[in-house]
Amino acid sequence: MHPTPLVARRERRIVSSAAPVRWLLIGVALAFLGFFLVVPLVAVFSYALQKGVGAYLAAIQEPESLAAIRLTLLAAGIAVPLNLAFGLAAAWLIARFRFRGRDLLLTLIDLPFSVSPVIAGLIFVLLFGRQGWLGPWLAEYDIQIIFAVPGIVLATLFVTFPFVVREVLPIMQAQGSDEEEAALSLGAGGWRTFVHVTLPKVKWGVLYGVSVVSGHIRGATNTLPLHAEILYNEYNLAGAFAVASLLTVLALVTLAIKKYVEWRAEAP
Amino acid sequence: MSARRRVLPGFGLTMGLSWLYLGLIVLLPLSGLFLKTFTLTWDQFFETVASPRVLAAYRLSFGAAFLAALVNAGFGLLVAWVLVRYRFPGRGLVDALVDLPFALPTAVAGLTLTTLYSHNGWYGRHLEALGIQVAFTPLGIVVALTFIGLPFVVRTVQPVLEDIDADVEEAAATLGASPWRTFTHVLLPSILPALLSGFTLSFARAIGEYGSVIFISGNMPMKTEIAPLLIVTRLEQYDYAGATAIAGVMLAASFSLLLAANLLQRWTQRRFEVRPG
Amino acid sequence: MKSSHLLSLLLAVVLALGGCSKPADARGEPITLLNVSYDPTSEIYTDINAAFAKQWEAKHGTKLAIKQSHGGSGKQARAVIDGLDADVVTLALAYDIDMLHDKANLLPQAWRSRLPDNSAPYTSTIVFVVRKGNPQGIRDWEDLVRPGVSVITPNPKTSGGARWNYLAAWGHAQRKAGGDEAKAREFISALFKNVPVLDSGARGATTTFAERGIGDVLIAWENEAFLLTQELGRDRFEIIVPSESILAEPPVALVDKNVDRKGTRAAAEAYLQFLYSEEGQELAAKHSFRPRSKTVAVKHASRFPTVSLFTLDEVFGGWKQAQQAHFDDGGSFDRLYVPQAK
Repeated sequence: MHPTPLVARRERRIVSSAAPVRWLLIGVALAFLGFFLVVPLVAVFSYALQKGVGAYLAAIQEPESLAAIRLTLLAAGIAVPLNLAFGLAAAWLIARFRFRGRDLLLTLIDLPFSVSPVIAGLIFVLLFGRQGWLGPWLAEYDIQIIFAVPGIVLATLFVTFPFVVREVLPIMQAQGSDEEEAALSLGAGGWRTFVHVTLPKVKWGVLYGVSVVSGHIRGATNTLPLHAEILYNEYNLAGAFAVASLLTVLALVTLAIKKYVEWRAEAP
Repeated sequence: MSARRRVLPGFGLTMGLSWLYLGLIVLLPLSGLFLKTFTLTWDQFFETVASPRVLAAYRLSFGAAFLAALVNAGFGLLVAWVLVRYRFPGRGLVDALVDLPFALPTAVAGLTLTTLYSHNGWYGRHLEALGIQVAFTPLGIVVALTFIGLPFVVRTVQPVLEDIDADVEEAAATLGASPWRTFTHVLLPSILPALLSGFTLSFARAIGEYGSVIFISGNMPMKTEIAPLLIVTRLEQYDYAGATAIAGVMLAASFSLLLAANLLQRWTQRRFEVRPG
Repeated sequence: MKSSHLLSLLLAVVLALGGCSKPADARGEPITLLNVSYDPTSEIYTDINAAFAKQWEAKHGTKLAIKQSHGGSGKQARAVIDGLDADVVTLALAYDIDMLHDKANLLPQAWRSRLPDNSAPYTSTIVFVVRKGNPQGIRDWEDLVRPGVSVITPNPKTSGGARWNYLAAWGHAQRKAGGDEAKAREFISALFKNVPVLDSGARGATTTFAERGIGDVLIAWENEAFLLTQELGRDRFEIIVPSESILAEPPVALVDKNVDRKGTRAAAEAYLQFLYSEEGQELAAKHSFRPRSKTVAVKHASRFPTVSLFTLDEVFGGWKQAQQAHFDDGGSFDRLYVPQAK
């Protein structure tokens, strides 16, 4: 018996519904997505291009935008692998074992979902800020956590933590209970999970939660979502949407990479 | 497989790692929040969290989040169904698009939606002609929260739908069950846990949402003021303790809801497990 | 990987990125200043920073870099209190800078008198923006409480600019009624009945008014009104200046504790002085702020219509009193929205 690859798309035998039912359901689903999702996305690009393609490109190539892009990639670059490592551990634990406190653990992992972004940054300020619990100690050693990159990374870790676990968990649970399968898949799983599952799903837009710990220092501690907000506050609506559309493009690019890698893997 | 290998490796290690990481990144910072709240007396605490305006805000934030999660549960299931079971042109693209509410900064999402639904926006002008006002009403808040929670149900239900063994369905069909019966008695029970999970995540995410809602909500006290806004106004007054009090209450409520939903999900999983024949 | 190794790795990563703050060296090394400011000032400080850096380099031979941070005035003040390493702050209201002293002792209590003109090198005032042609015929404060007129102003609980708006309206009503607070309360109450939406920030309010076509009149800072008409369409909006308004004094200050620790006091003090210099005042006027300097003001008189101005101190006795009476919990703004007992 060969182990099930972590993310293979099995060719399902599809038990099809009757044609009219099928097309009705597809129609309603697409209408819902179109109304709620596609049109707003088109609107983002439309506002971004309001002042023309030249202005769009200029907004993106501006040094502060580039710095924001670098910072966003850096924060994600640190947060995603860390969250993945621990996400795998937690998912393995929850998927494979029964123990007291399992539901409690899962609920605590979900908790950052419901923490308002207003609070997400505040808690790190309460901990690491000058007036916070660790403030005096940090000041003594001249260590800057919040209003600098470490704070942004911590806040990013906090807000994106449950996403990774929640993505990896169903995959672990969908694995058979065959022990060898499971053990093998964990070994092969780390890198492949990263490339096929986690990377395409990096939640660039959720990073609003880092707003409070950022300090908004232009060119230094503004991530892309924050930079978009700054541009909006300067009446540069086209610029704000240009930066926002960049995040959308980033998401689409990682998805395209994923599809390409999968396609290559399946080629004979 | 020898008897020695019956126990899967890694229990101790993963247990330790999970709790350590959770403790450092989540629990420790959150405890700082509660510690701040404890600096208030009981009277001050109740005065802050139980004032009429704050109560109205809780009702709004939780109520709108619940409605949005319901909408996402229903339509999310439909979208997942359509994506998994049918083939149609553009399917891959649609599948990719479902994740995009996460790619957009919430503030930008809020701006876009507000512009779309306000009275001279692409949607707003038609809706208002029909007498439906979306922007600056609770309905607008529900719309914004639906947008940002959209991917959750789809993504939790999809893997489960994909894994359903066609054998079971065919067996039901050969036994004479109509497609509808097959759906309600065979398929729905197996996806119910995932559906509940997706609903809960969508709900949890929507409760605390600020960036995407603050533009479309109108912020009129007692009517369209969301709870996170009241937290911000407390901060503006340098009333950190009051802010953490309101936040703490919301957090405790969210935690209870999430716990209840997770327990419910596990119960339905056990109850409705469909074993292949 | 053992959990202890992972923990060490995590800590190492965090500390490596944190690092120590770099102290400025007054002996010819490049100096960096951080100016923590509020939202609408990014353009003026881009110009000011360039001009001052040039001047400093010519005079002292060392390079000077000035970093900017912008955000809501209150939020910025809180950030500085919580550790944002500002050398100077240039905020929207004196109250926010007072808090730097009260909450974190970052500067002396009497900071305001250290620089000329109450530490406000430029001023602004509160005006109205209406749609081209002024269809509702808005001329003065009284027109804002007419039934059927829709007024846009941000939420005073979350926006510094909104507080200036509120106090301008209250101040006018109170002065007109000869100091009668009850009449002022009535006026404000009627005004806010005409407000359909309370955006959380000034920019939100402007967008609501300008882009979404909501409201007949927007109450805004004068410099914002200029910015609005420039950026979003000179042919779409008009600025109406009321008969009297409040003198809005956005203050600037040195953050003593930070500059002494970083050794940047000389540069920071010179920077603030620059704002009062002719060049600085010209730049202020260029960006639609009213300059303090009489000579510069005369040059730009045509841009800034004469308004009868009252100060916050004379009507309200100071920001602390105003904040407590109007914007804190239970203040006059909160009382506007007490649910009616059924």
